[in-house]
Amino acid sequence: MLTNTIENIRNQFPFLTNKVSGKELIYFDSAATSQRPQSVISAINEWNSFANANVHRAVHHLSACATDNYESGREAIRKFVNASKREEIIFTSGTTASINLLANTIGGVLLKEGEAVLITEAEHHSNIVPWQILTQRIGAKLIYLPVDESGQWDMEQLDTLFESENIKFVSAAHISNVLGLVNPIERLIQTAHKYGAKVHIDGAQGIVHQEVDVKKIDCDFYSFSGHKIYAATGIGVLYGKESLLDILPPWMAGGDMVDTVTFYKTTYAKLPLKFEAGTPNFIGGATFTPALEFARSVRCHQVEQNERMMKDFLIKELTSIEGLEIYGMGENKSPVYSFSIDGIHHSDIAMLLDQMGIAVRSGLMCAEPLINKFGKTGLVRVSLAPYNTLQECEIFIDALNRAIRMLR
Amino acid sequence: MTIKEVQDLIVEEFSAFDEWMDKYEYIIELGKSLEMIDNSRKVENNLIKGCQSRVWLDCQINDGKLCFTADSDAIITKGIISLLIRVYNGRTPQEILSSDLDFIEKIGLKDNLSPTRANGLVSMIEQIKIYAKENL
Repeated sequence: MLTNTIENIRNQFPFLTNKVSGKELIYFDSAATSQRPQSVISAINEWNSFANANVHRAVHHLSACATDNYESGREAIRKFVNASKREEIIFTSGTTASINLLANTIGGVLLKEGEAVLITEAEHHSNIVPWQILTQRIGAKLIYLPVDESGQWDMEQLDTLFESENIKFVSAAHISNVLGLVNPIERLIQTAHKYGAKVHIDGAQGIVHQEVDVKKIDCDFYSFSGHKIYAATGIGVLYGKESLLDILPPWMAGGDMVDTVTFYKTTYAKLPLKFEAGTPNFIGGATFTPALEFARSVRCHQVEQNERMMKDFLIKELTSIEGLEIYGMGENKSPVYSFSIDGIHHSDIAMLLDQMGIAVRSGLMCAEPLINKFGKTGLVRVSLAPYNTLQECEIFIDALNRAIRMLR
Repeated sequence: MTIKEVQDLIVEEFSAFDEWMDKYEYIIELGKSLEMIDNSRKVENNLIKGCQSRVWLDCQINDGKLCFTADSDAIITKGIISLLIRVYNGRTPQEILSSDLDFIEKIGLKDNLSPTRANGLVSMIEQIKIYAKENL
């Protein structure tokens, strides 16, 4: 039975009226992109219609409106992650851009030749490749903390790695997009700080499922995307401690990030604009206000209960399917289930589920090293959001069993 | 039968199914019964890029005619290749290059494939045409 809360949440999502192959769409791919509530969609439409002007520039009314909306979005983010100041919230185009910003600015400042960057074995490509490029460029080393068979970080190796390698920067996911496990980031951060290394947390998944208090966890940087937390696509965030952002050089250059410019010398704007060259996605930035308001509204007992029921049901049903293996098992797991089935290709499963109106992800999920570790060419991933229901999970399990019968 | 006639036959066969799930069931059966490729032909060189699954397509010349064998780790892909092989097997390069491939659209397969899979399909057809050109 749906509680009123869940029904009320579902009513806020127009996408639920979608039909795929004549069936009501069941969207189990929220870890890739979450759907947007009406409040966000309406705000985008309204701002596109009545508040479209370039921000931080003109003196006219419309520009002031657009700037207010954009800066309100920044303030909503600051509050949401409990950062001290607006200067610490940098708008980027998404988590990938946030990581690239860091990888293009810390060289020579927070990371020097001969030093090392530590990541983990369970990172998304966008938290691997930028560090590969950086370390290769400046002659630093890239090392990773292994995960065990259940997908947990091998914390016993952590101190050993710090003792044996000259690690100065750490970048790791709060929650892996494949495994869904909530990683022990606080312990990682404490350890890294003990050895004098700075830490960036890739919060693309973490911000959606966990309360994030950047002061409490004491991370140096934290990044996430709008489109995974009900906001617009093409906008994201890099949180950084002011003292660190201050010493990093600008990366992208252009309008808005400067103070004064001559042909021979430029002085840069203060934070956060120092890192926001060019016209930003200001409507996207503004959508964080209604999006985070929605995100806060779903952090309640009824939603947790609904999630618990769906998780218990899925774990029980999935593990009873012959030859099915779930990757990423542990106490503290967000509603993300990546699995393989013996003798059946992940894309066959995903295609047949699609025919039955169910959207799941299949493939390498931008985490090839991790999938390779498990000896697979791809997995099927189911990821849930507050607008999903137990009934949808039941339909999914029936559909999955039907697909397996067809394919075996 | 000409290439066109084989395609018309396939379209007719598929018209017997109302539901797409039934069409998939049929494609899966075709995939399961696809003749095994010789293991020595499952080499990197015969691997087609651009599919979500791995696809091997080998071509041998027999009396001036092209003989294809293929395999994939995904069964639906295998079913689709088996249809392509049915259309193109035992044809001369000229026949292949001068033919129009329309059965995929007519049975609605293209609309039903996700773009990544559709791209794989395009790559398979391209590879068949490349083999034909190489053996003109």
